[in-house]
Amino acid sequence: MNPWVSFLLRRTTRVVVAMLVIVTIAFGVLRLAGGDPVRAALGPTAPASVVDERRAQLGLDDPVLEQYVNYLGDLLHGDLGTSLVTGRSVSDLVGNRLMPTLELAGLAFVVALVFAVLIGLCVAVFTQGHRRRGLELAFTGVSGFLAAIPEYLLGVLLVIGFAITVAVFPVAGQGGPDSYVLPVIALAVSATAGLSRIARIEALNTLRDDYVRTARAKRIPPWRVYLRHALPNMLTGTLTIGGTLLATMITSSVLVEQVFNWPGMGTAFVQAIVTKDYGIVQGLALVYAAIVLVVNLLVDLVLALLDRRTTLLETG
Amino acid sequence: MTARARLFRAPMTIASLVLVCLFGILAVVAPILWGEEALTARPTELLQGPSAEHLLGTDNLGRDLLLRTLVATRLSLGLAVLATLLAAVAGVLVGGLPAVLGGRVQRTFGAVINTWLAFPVLLLAMLVAILLGAGTTTAVLALVLTMTPSFARLAQTLASRVGGSEYLAAARMLGVSRRRQFTRYVLPNIAEPVIVNVTISIGGGLLALSSLSFLGVGVQPPDYDWGRLLKDGFAQVYNSPTAVIGPAVAVVLAGVAFGALGESLAGHLRGQDHGHTGGRRGPAPGPGPGSGPDGGQPSTPDTLLEVDGLSVAFPGEHGWVRPVRDVSLTIRAGEIVGVAGESGSGKSVTMMAIAQLSAPGAEVAARTLRFGDEDLTLLRGRALRGALTGVGVVFQDSLTALNPAMRVGAQLAEVPRTQRGVARRQANRDAVAALDAVAIPDPARRAGQFPHELSGGMRQRALIAMSQIGRPSLIIADEPTTALDVTVARRVMRLLRRECDRTGAAVLVSSHDIAVLGELCQRVLVMYAGRVVEDVPVDALRDPARLAHPYTRALVAALPDLDSDRDAPLATIPGEPPDPADPAPGCGFAARCALATDRCRAEVPELTGHRHGGRVACWHPQDREVVRS
Repeated sequence: MNPWVSFLLRRTTRVVVAMLVIVTIAFGVLRLAGGDPVRAALGPTAPASVVDERRAQLGLDDPVLEQYVNYLGDLLHGDLGTSLVTGRSVSDLVGNRLMPTLELAGLAFVVALVFAVLIGLCVAVFTQGHRRRGLELAFTGVSGFLAAIPEYLLGVLLVIGFAITVAVFPVAGQGGPDSYVLPVIALAVSATAGLSRIARIEALNTLRDDYVRTARAKRIPPWRVYLRHALPNMLTGTLTIGGTLLATMITSSVLVEQVFNWPGMGTAFVQAIVTKDYGIVQGLALVYAAIVLVVNLLVDLVLALLDRRTTLLETG
Repeated sequence: MTARARLFRAPMTIASLVLVCLFGILAVVAPILWGEEALTARPTELLQGPSAEHLLGTDNLGRDLLLRTLVATRLSLGLAVLATLLAAVAGVLVGGLPAVLGGRVQRTFGAVINTWLAFPVLLLAMLVAILLGAGTTTAVLALVLTMTPSFARLAQTLASRVGGSEYLAAARMLGVSRRRQFTRYVLPNIAEPVIVNVTISIGGGLLALSSLSFLGVGVQPPDYDWGRLLKDGFAQVYNSPTAVIGPAVAVVLAGVAFGALGESLAGHLRGQDHGHTGGRRGPAPGPGPGSGPDGGQPSTPDTLLEVDGLSVAFPGEHGWVRPVRDVSLTIRAGEIVGVAGESGSGKSVTMMAIAQLSAPGAEVAARTLRFGDEDLTLLRGRALRGALTGVGVVFQDSLTALNPAMRVGAQLAEVPRTQRGVARRQANRDAVAALDAVAIPDPARRAGQFPHELSGGMRQRALIAMSQIGRPSLIIADEPTTALDVTVARRVMRLLRRECDRTGAAVLVSSHDIAVLGELCQRVLVMYAGRVVEDVPVDALRDPARLAHPYTRALVAALPDLDSDRDAPLATIPGEPPDPADPAPGCGFAARCALATDRCRAEVPELTGHRHGGRVACWHPQDREVVRS
């Protein structure tokens, strides 16, 4: 079989299996939780008849196996479950709130990746062979400082600085392009700083590789040595970390959405936790997991394209 | 010990270490000293701004925020360290162990890690919170569960490099136990990045925990960590904006400290691995006194390359290491010259310095470095690159010398495209033609393949084609056959010679195998301890009695396939070559030479003419008359 076909097949299977595991865990956690989740969601003052009606509506009184099969069937039809509080469809909620979250996290991820790789490569080029110790120290200091500022803290500082004190950008909400600036910055800065350090280390290792010397031996312009020869080879290691960064970024988007009152899944998520609406928590958890799995698959594909030697032949 | 001492002299290490220690001390001491007072409510001093009495103000119960921030160090730091260590241990086991267990297990674990990675920390915390309720245990458990797969994936990526490596395959074949494979081969190779990640992750863990507490999922009242203080502060941000200062500064500072410490540890380990940390740097050594321009071979009209007084220095642990000192040589157009010497003799460094391909950080100095009509010591940037297009280079290890992520044809076509502005399509045709010229079968298909799809011999020929495609007048070949088996090596050497006969290019080729050079070259330079000790015509090589330098004689005598004088006192060469970081004065070979005198140990001999037609640097040169039997 074509190695690419089998590679794709293996990775897709893995995503499907992973999704099944996550669905099962999400299903199990709600059932394993102590007490009656419907009672918890509706509160102690809700009439017993309402609670029973909602339980029946959700099928919570059926045998567990039957519930599980029904749950899987519903998921296949795109039904992500029901809010325990309002009884409304989680799928509708996701339909409204998915895009703002994806836009925010995706934009921040791309910004972080591009800047981190370019900054890391640049600093590595200038500091290779233990030259320019000052620059190396400055880079380490600045990136270390920026990486240590939590996204939500940066978000609040940005709001205070650039939306309240100097009203350049909107305080909150999603609107025109200018409304994206502060949330994306808040989400991307510490990721960029952290990843640019990884990128620099990867770039330093790559620049020591023999083929970089071979490229220099061709007397091609230095930028071509760095962009055409070093860059693709440093991406493997950088993207491996970068891919795991996306999970962090989605977490952080929940917090940043809170700060900027962004109409995404994150605000709905936190709201659902506060109101103990585990139906929504369960549905949104699945969506978040699915996004990360698909993105991880894409990252793996990019990695395989960049480094055919190891990925295709060894790790499988 | 000196390496450790140097680590602790680096300013960043000191600063971050001091900070980390400070946080550590605070974590132990603060709750004991101020634990009670931090809980004292003052109903008359609610939500006050900074004052002399309360430097950071008070919270909504009138409690001192500075003291609360200090006391919160223990919980914040302790939880982060605990979670990170648990995650690192679990991650390394999950990610690193499968490398020694074989492919199937590795794939299964990879799938597990991927599934696992799909859970962002908040998601896990929420799910754990549904089971356990919000609280400290929930936050730590969620953090461990989230950080473990990152460590596992890192360990897996690193270990799969190790797992696929030849030495692990060899260890497996030799029956080394799996446990020993893991501890002896896998762990040491993945330890460095993992340790760095642990240190950096503690900072990350701090931030994640503060986020969870900030959202109300983590630490619950009456306990408080920095995140909880931030949450309470933000709730009052319009009344008392200064309330967030203390915990915010603490969180950021702690994150910075651990990050910086991780980074300096990483830098230290890297420096150790690669044998140079560039610690102290004196002035770069110059070309040295040497023989002066008139002492070397006189340059003739057809001289292609003229090198005089070439020295190369690298920053080492104890100052400069000088693997090449005062090397002088000339090459005429079309001449094939060999460089012989054992590893560490400086032949590769010399050749790379001539080709202007020294490693970054190296200091190269020369009185004369002339190629064709150009004085290379005067050229910079584009002009230097232009002049050097006349030098083609063949590297030692064809697998690492070719870019793994680029098709072979594209790597060749790049040369005419960038050097002469040839159009892409034509350059690709040139590349295929160049591969065809070095007898690679089906060159069009091979051009579209990646280096790992070619055999070793084929790759080496592709490298030769690459060195030829720019139509150079000088080929520098650095041990072009070391990585090949004998038959393939001979074929590659013959090809190199044929190609140079065809194009009229001169060759400077190195090998530790003086016999191979004898077949290929017209002249052989013998290097020892960074200097050329003999420059010998190839016909003299075939007759050991005509050789002038005791070291050359020893090299040739050590060859089993030449008829050598087995009773000669130097048939084997006892002792070690001198350390280029700590050279003795005088002749480098004196310590191992049976003929050495006090003069040899005090003064460096110059290269002077010898009756065999070449040159020798020796106070007691040998020839036919002086041979002892």
